[in-house]
Formats: sequence, C-alpha cells, structure tokens
Amino acid sequence: MKKTLHYIALIPFLIWMILLIIVPLFLVAYYGFTEDGNFSLTHFQQFFRPDYLKVLWRSLYLALVSTVVCLFIGYPVSMILSGKTFRKKTLLVVLLIAPMWMNFLLRTYAWLTLLEGNGIINALLQVIGLPKQIFLGKAGTVVFGMVYNFLPYMIFPIYTSISKIPRNLIEAAHDLGGNGVTCFFRIILPLSVPGILSGVTMVFVPGVTTFVISQYLGSGKITLIGDIIEQQFLHAGNWGFGAAISIIVMLVVVLCMWIVNRFSDDPGVMMP
Amino acid sequence: MKALKKVYFYLVLLFLYAPILTLVVFSFNDAKSRGRWGGFSLRWYQELFRSSDTMDALLTTVLVALCAAVISTILGTISALALHKSGTFFRKSMLNLTYLPMMNSDIVTGVSLMLLFTFMHLELGFLTLLLSHITFCIPYVILAVMPKLYGINQNVYEAALDLGATQMEAYRKIILPDILPGIISGFLISVTLSIDDFVISFFNTGNGIKNISILVYSSKTGVKPENYALSAIMFGAVLVLLLIINLKEKKKVIEESGK
Amino acid sequence: MKKTALVMALILCLGMFAGCSAKNEKKVLRVYNWGEFIDESVLADFEKQYPEYRVQYEVYTDNEIMYTKIKNSTTNYDVLFPSDYMIQRMIQEDMLAPLNFDNIPNYSKIGDSFKNMDFDPENKYSVPYMWGVLGILYDTTKVQEEHFTWNTMFDSKYKDSILMKKDMRDALGVSLKSLGYSLNSTDEAELSAAKDKLVAQMPNVLGYTNDEAMDKMIAGEAPMALQYAGDAFYCMSENEDLAFAVPEDGTNLFFDSMVIPKNSKNKEMAEKFINFMCEKEIAKRNAEEIGYFTPITEVMDALDEETRAFYPKQEILDKAEVYKYLGEEVTGKYEKIWSEFQASL
Repeated sequence: MKKTLHYIALIPFLIWMILLIIVPLFLVAYYGFTEDGNFSLTHFQQFFRPDYLKVLWRSLYLALVSTVVCLFIGYPVSMILSGKTFRKKTLLVVLLIAPMWMNFLLRTYAWLTLLEGNGIINALLQVIGLPKQIFLGKAGTVVFGMVYNFLPYMIFPIYTSISKIPRNLIEAAHDLGGNGVTCFFRIILPLSVPGILSGVTMVFVPGVTTFVISQYLGSGKITLIGDIIEQQFLHAGNWGFGAAISIIVMLVVVLCMWIVNRFSDDPGVMMP
Repeated sequence: MKALKKVYFYLVLLFLYAPILTLVVFSFNDAKSRGRWGGFSLRWYQELFRSSDTMDALLTTVLVALCAAVISTILGTISALALHKSGTFFRKSMLNLTYLPMMNSDIVTGVSLMLLFTFMHLELGFLTLLLSHITFCIPYVILAVMPKLYGINQNVYEAALDLGATQMEAYRKIILPDILPGIISGFLISVTLSIDDFVISFFNTGNGIKNISILVYSSKTGVKPENYALSAIMFGAVLVLLLIINLKEKKKVIEESGK
Repeated sequence: MKKTALVMALILCLGMFAGCSAKNEKKVLRVYNWGEFIDESVLADFEKQYPEYRVQYEVYTDNEIMYTKIKNSTTNYDVLFPSDYMIQRMIQEDMLAPLNFDNIPNYSKIGDSFKNMDFDPENKYSVPYMWGVLGILYDTTKVQEEHFTWNTMFDSKYKDSILMKKDMRDALGVSLKSLGYSLNSTDEAELSAAKDKLVAQMPNVLGYTNDEAMDKMIAGEAPMALQYAGDAFYCMSENEDLAFAVPEDGTNLFFDSMVIPKNSKNKEMAEKFINFMCEKEIAKRNAEEIGYFTPITEVMDALDEETRAFYPKQEILDKAEVYKYLGEEVTGKYEKIWSEFQASL
C-alpha cells in the first residue's frame, strides 16, 4: 500500500521523460542517419571536411576560453558574496540575477550600441586620445558576449557550494595557524569543486552552441557550429545534415562534460 | 581589503548593467536610429503602448514563464519525491536521463522538440512553446528539490505514519515544509530560464505566437526603439523588486541587531 | 500560503488563456512578408475595411527561410511575398494556389511589362508587389569612385569597409557577376571560383548582415554596403551623405510578388488582401514608405519628381539579369557551397 503512491507519482514523470526527451532524441537520430527513408551515413560524411571541423573546433575553443574567463571573474565574486563584506546578501544575489530578467537578445544587442564603430566605447577611447577600434566581427568580442551572458551561471553554483562550507571549518584552519592562502587552497577551493563543475557545465554547454551572440557581435563573420545547425534547419531545409551535426555536437559536449564530471560524483549544486 | 572587494564587486555589477543602462538611456532618444542622439523624448513609450505586437509578446512571455514554472514545479516536485523513494539503480539512471536536456545544448533540445511536434502534426504555437519550456525547466526543479529530500529526517515521516497519519498527510505536513525552499528556488529558476530563453523558443513557436526574444530577433533592422522602452520598463520593474527586498533586509538586519 | 499562491497562479494562467481565446474569435489572415517591406499602418486600414478579420503579420529575412518554413512546417500562411526565382520554384513544386482574379480587380492596374514574366508565364499564381535592383550603397564622405563595378567591393583598398548581404543568391551572385559569369550560373567550376573570391574578400568585409545593414549605414558605421534599391533609398532619406550606385557590369533585377500558398485556409480573403494592396492609395503609401519601385502605373505617375528620379534607367535594366530557379540539384549545390563558405569564415 505504501508503495502505490510513489508508483502513481512516477507515471507523469515517465510519460514526460519518454515523450519529450527520449522520443525527440530518437527523431534527431532518425533524421541524421537516414536519407530518403533509407539508412545512410551521407550526412555524417558531409560533415567531416576541414571547414566544418574547423567550425566545430572554433566553437569548442571559444566556449572554453569564455568558460575560463567566467571562472576567473566569477569565483572572486562568489567568494565576496559568501564572505562578510556585504550584509544585504539577498539584495546582491537578486542584483546579479536581475539582468537575466531583461531579455538575452536585448542585452546582447545593447552591446552593439556600445561597441560599434561610432559607439560609446570608441567615443570614450577617443576622449582619452586612443585611436578608434573595430570591435565587432572579432572572435574576442564573441567571447566577450558569452562571458557577459553566462557569467551569472558561473557565479551562483560556486556561491552555493562556498556557502555550504561550515564557518567553523575555516575558523579552525585559521586557529591552527593556516594563513588565508593555505586556507583557500586546502579548504575552500576543494570544497567548492562541485560548484565549479556545475558552473563550468552551465557556461560551456550554451557557449558551444550559441548562434545569436556570434551573429550579433560577430557581425556574421565568426561562424560557430550553432550557426551551421540553424542554417541547415531553417535556411537550407536540410534537416538530415542539421540533425547529424546536432548528434555530433551532442556527443562531443557530453564527452567533455563526462570528462569534467569525473572529478565529482555530486551533480547536485547547480543553483542556489 | 574590504574596500578592494567592494570595488571589484561593483565593477562586475557595472559590467552586467552597462548595456542595460544604455538601453534605458536610448529609450529616451528621439531619433529612430540608435547611432544618433536626437534629443529627449517619450515617443517610444507611446509607440510601445500602441504597438499591439510588443504588448502581445510581453503577455506571451509572462504567460509562458508563469505556466511553465507552475507546471514544471508541480511535475518536478512529484518526480523528485517519486524518484527519491525508488531503488538506487533506477534513480541514478533516471536522474542521468533527466539531466540530458541540461547537458544537451539548447539547440539540440530545441531542434529535437521541433522534430517531435512536426512529426506529431502539432501546429507550432503557444502550446508547443509552453511544452518546450516545461521540458527544459523540469530538470532544474528536480535538481533544486532533490538535495532537500536527502536532508529530510526519515524518522519523523515514519513516526507520523505510525501515529495514524495517511501517506498524503505525512507528505503534506512533514516532507513538504522541509523541501519548500527547494521548490521555491526551482520555481524561480524556471521563471528566470523561461524569460531568458531564446534558442528553444526560436525552434518551437510559430503562427504568430512570439515572446520577447522572438520579437526582438525578428525585427531585423536591429531592435526597434520601442523595444528599448520595453526593456527600460522591465528594468524599472526589477528596480522596484530590488527596493522591496532592500527594505525587507533592512528590517531583518534591524531585528537581528535588536536581539 | 504556498497553496494560495499556487491557486492564484493557476487562476491567472486560466484567465489569460481565456483572454487569448476571446481574442481569437476574429478570423485570422496570416501574412508573411519580408522585413521592412510595408507601411504597417496599411494593415490597420485593412482590418478597418474587413472588421471580421485580424491580420497576423510576420516577417522573414530571405527567400530560403520563407521557403523552408512553408515546405516543412505545419504553419499555414495566407499571403506570401516571394521573389521571382522562388515563385518559379514554388510553382514547380506545386506549393502555390492559382489565384481567382475575379477577386483581384485591381490587377488591371499593373503595368503590362510586369505581366506574364518568366517565373509565372501564364500569370496564374502571382501579383507583382514591388520590384528593384541590387546595387552599392555608399557613404560619399568615405568613398570617391568615378565608376562602380562589382569589383569595387573586392578592391583591397577597402579594408574593413563593406557590409555584405547574408543572402545566398545575392552574395554568390555578386561574386559571379564580378568574375564575368551569369548570376544564374550552374557551372560547378564557376561557382567554386565565386566562393573562393568571397573567401578572399573577407579582409574587406565588416559584416555579413541582412536588414540591420540599413541601421549601420544610416549611423555612418560602414563606407559601403551591398543593398537593394528600396532599402538604399530609405537610408538615403535618413542620412544625406549616402548615395546609391548600380554597378556598370550589370546587376540583378528582382520582382517580389504576392502569392497564396496551397494550404491557405482563407484563400478568398487572401485574394481580397492582395487586391487591397493594389489600391492606388495603399500602394502609394507602401512605395513611399519602403522606397521600392511599384509596378502599378498610376501609382508611379503619382509619385513626386524626386522619388521618380530613383527609378532605374533603361540601360541599367537592359544589362540586368533576373534570378532563375535552377532546379533541385543545382540549388542543392548552391546550398552546399554557401554553407561551406560560411563554415570557412
């Protein structure tokens, strides 16, 4: 009797899971592996050319760079947030989340206004006597856009895991003569690894496949793998090829994440 | 040191808010092109309220975010409860499957759902948009609730059952209050993700149903100035929310120091 | 507390659902057009004239996106505005409904030279909406050229200067033309030479863009852009430093016409919409707003001198080519080359 309730509770979960996660993935596989209804690997063969592989590599590379930058900018923020510097923590947490309630595209678009040739940043540069720069259409600017958009995803998991570290553990370390640096490397850093891993996942994965940031800030000059997928589905109407690239990207990303997550067996600190 | 920390934190905030402030400033720009400053004006605010397109998009965004968050919170919480009670192997493998949409990039999730809806001959529109948002929100709810379930004292629940509570009552009175913070944060994460999403919406909507992301993306001369006004208003709403939180915190700080 | 919140949220959802469905009681006419290709107030006038209908207006950025959406998706549109070669393709693939011209009496106002064109030889499926040519929009303060040819855009002295169109046929077409080939080339060697030339052009290119190029040109962000005539004239009206040139080696001439897809559920109303768009007043407002050329003779006559001065001269038209639909196989080749080109960026 006791068990029945949870079996019943499992039903909606299973229905949802099968219908909206598993079946769609099988459909992607179906489109990727067939041509005119017959099994075929043509779509995959089509992908393995130097130019497409270069795009995949570029996407992984730019996502990796922005993940690292996010980590280095975000980690201190999380530390400060969980430390004693500020009293009104909830307010600050909301301040960090709030930009996400404005629209992602609008925010990215706003950077255009700031970064373009006659934009505000160039105006500032000229005021201090530096020459005008072309920012748009550069890989660095695309990375910048990713860092901007995904930084909160890095801060929160780390903040959560640092907040979970018992205060007295750190105090004990200090009492036993450890200075700030040893305390950080021996206690805080190791204990925040699960947070770091979640943060890395949440920045890296959307970074690999973004196509808006590259279109807006890359001026269409920096093609990422997401652009190619979008192109195949919406422009060329070549769903088979699009699906094949999706499968490849999925495998690569899952592989990367599997490697990363081998360092931890607790995926449970994604968000506060 | 403390000052340094504060400066760093405020710099990061400036980085996060710089583009938003730009949008707000340009929402008062009289010129249509964002390149020039044509003087102060409120005309884009007037146009915004006159443009049924933008208002519809705002409504759709809020509606989808709320519905998706409510439904995925309920479904996610039930699933978490059910999974928590299941055998270890089943739970682990199911959880791994649940995390797939998170590991999977937006684009693959979006595309796969689009293929599903097309396959089922579901007309792309509000329903498909909502379904897709629920799908990517549920894992986050499960993820937020699960850790709280591990922290529950099983004995209290057993005791309640022994004392004659029904299973439902025991859930409602013992377990639910314990996992409530998890449920609430799951709900908030869902709302945030749903409002912020572009990619999945992009592939799974049609027939004129647009949320703000789609509206912005499809107005291709770039962004229309009335969208600046829209973001300024959204920013205003966020500011109000911040003020309320600020007041509450102040009260809390005062109360704490009073003790 | 939590229960109340939940109940309230649910009520809110239901209420909003109800609100949506109430609005849907009006019949919906789904119009799918190019971005920035209409005076949107015209739609409100249409709704005034046919109060039982609501126009649901959506936009696309290139023919291929529109085509893919119609071909694959379950969305039903009622009126589309494809270009010449795309109409030809859609007719061949049996995607369009033949029009009932009894519902489109204004068709008689269309100039004779715009009837029975190659893409719709018997004129069963399409009613011309606007036409134009492809050319170079440039900033006179930054570009001084006596003669413009397509090779101007490939000249190495224009480093970081050019906004190209992110449109398969236009980008490849320009490259083909600059090499002296036809815009409708089907030759693989010519196409791959065109692709290589585009790759080599990269240092000159400031961005691959669509309609957003208009904003950038108005703001003085770029010296030169590949642009359609109408969009170019709009930009010139906003920024007087801009000028438009049609390259001397011949350009693309295009016709964007109104058609009704086969799966339209409101065919008769769609025909009335097409008819409405050909009303003199309406067509004039559209032409003035977007800057493209109207095929309706009486509207052209009613335009002021300044606007009419933009209409291309006969010698430009003589040298211009219209895109043709090149068949499934060659189009596949184009798509492949185009996506390989994008990948090589």
